Amino acid sequence: MRLKFTRFQGLVHLAAFAPLAVLIIQAIADRLTANPIQAITQRTGQAAVIGLLLTLACTPINTITGWRAVLTVRRALGLWAGFYALLHFLTFAMLDYGLDLRQIGRAILEKPFILVGLITLLVLIPLAITSTRAAMRKMGARWKKLHRLSYLAAVLAVIHYLLAAKADFAAQPLIYGSILGLLMVLRIKPVRQWFIRRRASAATAED
Amino acid sequence: MNKIPSSEITPESVYMSRRSFLKRAGLLAAAAAALAACKPQGAVLPPADAIPPSASGQTDELGDALTDYQDVTTYNNFYEFSLDKEAVARLSEGWITSPWSVTVGGLVNRPKTYDVDDLRRLYDEEERIYRMRCVEGWSMVIPWLGFPLSKLLKDVEPTGQARYVRFESVYDPAGLPGQRDPWFNWPYVEGLRLDEAMHDLTILSTGLYGKTLLPQNGAPLRLVVPWKYGFKSIKSIVKIELVEEMPSSLWMDAAPSEYGFYANVNPDVAHPRWSQATERRIGDLGRRDTLLFNGYEEAVASLYSGMDLRQNY
Repeated sequence: MRLKFTRFQGLVHLAAFAPLAVLIIQAIADRLTANPIQAITQRTGQAAVIGLLLTLACTPINTITGWRAVLTVRRALGLWAGFYALLHFLTFAMLDYGLDLRQIGRAILEKPFILVGLITLLVLIPLAITSTRAAMRKMGARWKKLHRLSYLAAVLAVIHYLLAAKADFAAQPLIYGSILGLLMVLRIKPVRQWFIRRRASAATAED
Repeated sequence: MNKIPSSEITPESVYMSRRSFLKRAGLLAAAAAALAACKPQGAVLPPADAIPPSASGQTDELGDALTDYQDVTTYNNFYEFSLDKEAVARLSEGWITSPWSVTVGGLVNRPKTYDVDDLRRLYDEEERIYRMRCVEGWSMVIPWLGFPLSKLLKDVEPTGQARYVRFESVYDPAGLPGQRDPWFNWPYVEGLRLDEAMHDLTILSTGLYGKTLLPQNGAPLRLVVPWKYGFKSIKSIVKIELVEEMPSSLWMDAAPSEYGFYANVNPDVAHPRWSQATERRIGDLGRRDTLLFNGYEEAVASLYSGMDLRQNY
């Protein structure tokens, strides 16, 4: 039988599953604080944001280091991020609000951060749906354009996090925001080319 | 002060496990079945603490069940110790709150400094089962022990000039790690209008669940104002001052657009981040509607007649 995953890809899947596994084990052991729904909400959301940042980090890491394997896990990371975002939303809508549409609607209207979170999810859904090879082939150049929205999703996710955090708890979203800013700078053409040239000259020097 | 060694707290938390949460969480049910074998079984002992938590009733006057003692004493907002609600109990363990004196002064005829133990003797401790609604959108039902603040205020005789009461928490950056955080204007300060302070529902609490207050709950003396968001109920009080001008609180200084002086529980006045229309009762799954004045409308609405509660949030 042909192995579908490389070892590195398998490791990435395992690592991406870990936050959910820990959450389930802690829920069973009743270790999710006195406010377990809030704990589940916060931690699935955090996993989604970290997953998005890791997804967006793949290309810059490849640009800077030339490490090719990192590109083979980009899609998996993106899908895991989308999965955690979906869990995060389902926790909010089902566990927390019990699918009470009236209260959910009110929450969305009253709280800008919930609206931003919802938009983030709506941006992520088409990206997840078109993540297959077939969709990639079929869409051609449009695929790349569409999937640039992953940056928008990450920006929205960080804003959502920042708005939801208590002012004195803003350290985490600010850190994620800074990392995202850095990743975006690394995608700017001259910056990217500078790294590529540097790597090329380093390779020549070694010869 | 009741000091519980951590060796005794751990089994209690296992013992008091909120199994009902799991039972209702269909999402996790399958995983629960798979891992049920790992769950600690009956071998744990009940807490060895000399006085078990007790209360005169099982519910508040609306029929809502008391929140587990375990949750009341391990899920605490007490920024002087930590921003992490779960960490406060551990970090405050062993914090010395005896002896403790409280200065009552300002615009009064008979200013006096009281020892907390004297206050306990002076005013009969009574139990009050109150809902506590945190501004973050969660709530508890807690059987407090304490006495009406009005008794103490009457004894110090506020002058005719006095219109507000200003409360101040202990300031001790050496013992309270959170007070080294320059973000806040320490010490914690809160205030009430004099008529709010004199209201019979307003108490100074020295205990809960039949036991002396633990540090994480604001030992040895805290305010409890059940129709206002929890942050008004200032903990570990060292100073009570009658004043003429409306005092500014720590939260009003930190975020004036989010926290006003009144902070009455009101489902119709939204907070920028947390829903105030609904709340999660700790121990419950899902949400319930938040009640105007936290369900004490009949008793306190007259204090605010003619006031715009949106303006005076």
